[in-house]
Amino acid sequence: MSNKMHIKLNVNGKAEEFLAEPRELLIYTLRERLNITGPHIGCETSHCGACTVTIDGKSVKACTMFVAQANGAEVTTIEGIGGPDDLHPLQTAFKEHHGLQCGYCTPGMITRATKLLEDIPNPTEEEIRFGMAGNLCRCTGYQNIVKSIKAAAAEMNAAKEAAE
Amino acid sequence: MIPAAFEYYRPSDLAGVIELLEEHGDDARVMAGGHSLIPMMKLRMADVPHLIDLQGISGLSDITIDTESIRIGALVTQTNIICHEDLAAAAPILRETALQIADPQVRNMGTVGGNVANGDPGNDMPGLMQCLNASFTLIGPDGERNVAARDFYEAAYMTAREDDEVLTAVTIPLPEGGYAYEKQKRKIGDYATAAAAVQITKIGETCASASIAMTNLSDIPVFSEAASTALVGTSVDDAALKAAVGAMLGDIDPTEDNRGPVAFKKHVAGVILRRAILRAWSRA
Repeated sequence: MSNKMHIKLNVNGKAEEFLAEPRELLIYTLRERLNITGPHIGCETSHCGACTVTIDGKSVKACTMFVAQANGAEVTTIEGIGGPDDLHPLQTAFKEHHGLQCGYCTPGMITRATKLLEDIPNPTEEEIRFGMAGNLCRCTGYQNIVKSIKAAAAEMNAAKEAAE
Repeated sequence: MIPAAFEYYRPSDLAGVIELLEEHGDDARVMAGGHSLIPMMKLRMADVPHLIDLQGISGLSDITIDTESIRIGALVTQTNIICHEDLAAAAPILRETALQIADPQVRNMGTVGGNVANGDPGNDMPGLMQCLNASFTLIGPDGERNVAARDFYEAAYMTAREDDEVLTAVTIPLPEGGYAYEKQKRKIGDYATAAAAVQITKIGETCASASIAMTNLSDIPVFSEAASTALVGTSVDDAALKAAVGAMLGDIDPTEDNRGPVAFKKHVAGVILRRAILRAWSRA
């Protein structure tokens, strides 16, 4: 039982290889094995979305995926989206529009929002609320999160237009 | 929350899956997206010494629509259902239902096959498939067989699937007429307090056929033949609605839990079914 498996992941563009028990949950792999601590553990029951990462282009809750399932996948976390010196427009917008208070849900929020804006580049408030329904925030009341995502969408669309 | 240790398998074809199921019997479980099974394993309520991940098997992720029926592979996700325009045109009730399941991240992983095969009374697809008179394809050591959704569910988590069989596809006769999936839940991501799936056809102003199934109001989904029959031949007026709701209440068997006492659930079931019928009728 519990033979370790040879796991290969690509996390934020970097190839990772290691041995792990298949039962290891991806969120623990990221946080404790790879020291990528942006994705947070909130509820650990696939409700809160604090652990949201992008796996092969899809938003997924990393607390509800075994590392064995993710074997061979490309994973993007908040660390792969932007950093202190090169903030993603969503990160800038969350900062400017007070889209966070305690900040615990924010990495998951922004990681999810990057996919939402890929799917719907100019979302309505309703589309934002529906698309972000898998991410809970206990501080903001969501108003400023919606505002931040709208602002980031406008910023990103303007930048795209200017580039064309 | 660390689940018990298990052996992990990712076979590349169905023969490999069936071989493992034959070898390990009920010590083995197949997994699609895992969003029902993994939470149960984390709580150690499900003991799965041998976990068979289906993600490596090709041919289970297709949606095909022909002139008579729709075939949905077991690994088609709820997100795939929502995004498929031809499917939404052919059977809009599928998208309407999938949009009411969980949240975007969970819908990216959760599959149709897992939802119907798991046998959780809270899942939405089983009631929907009973409403649509779908059938499930099961493949095992003795070959392939089809079981009607209306005959598939025996008790909570108990289905007609044998331990060495895999559910590979859902086949739905092309639905006709108006439709509605109406669900009352406490919050996003919650199971239904009550939900109703309704398909109705009309000739002139008279109901020609109706199909009604209810979710999370018994230990299995409830296809209510009596409620369906109560609408046929009527103009779906208030008397017909009352008769259908009354018939449905005779078929469900809710239990008290954290979603409320039995009387409340029956009340909600009535409200939800009435709304679903009226919406389906307005679209017929």
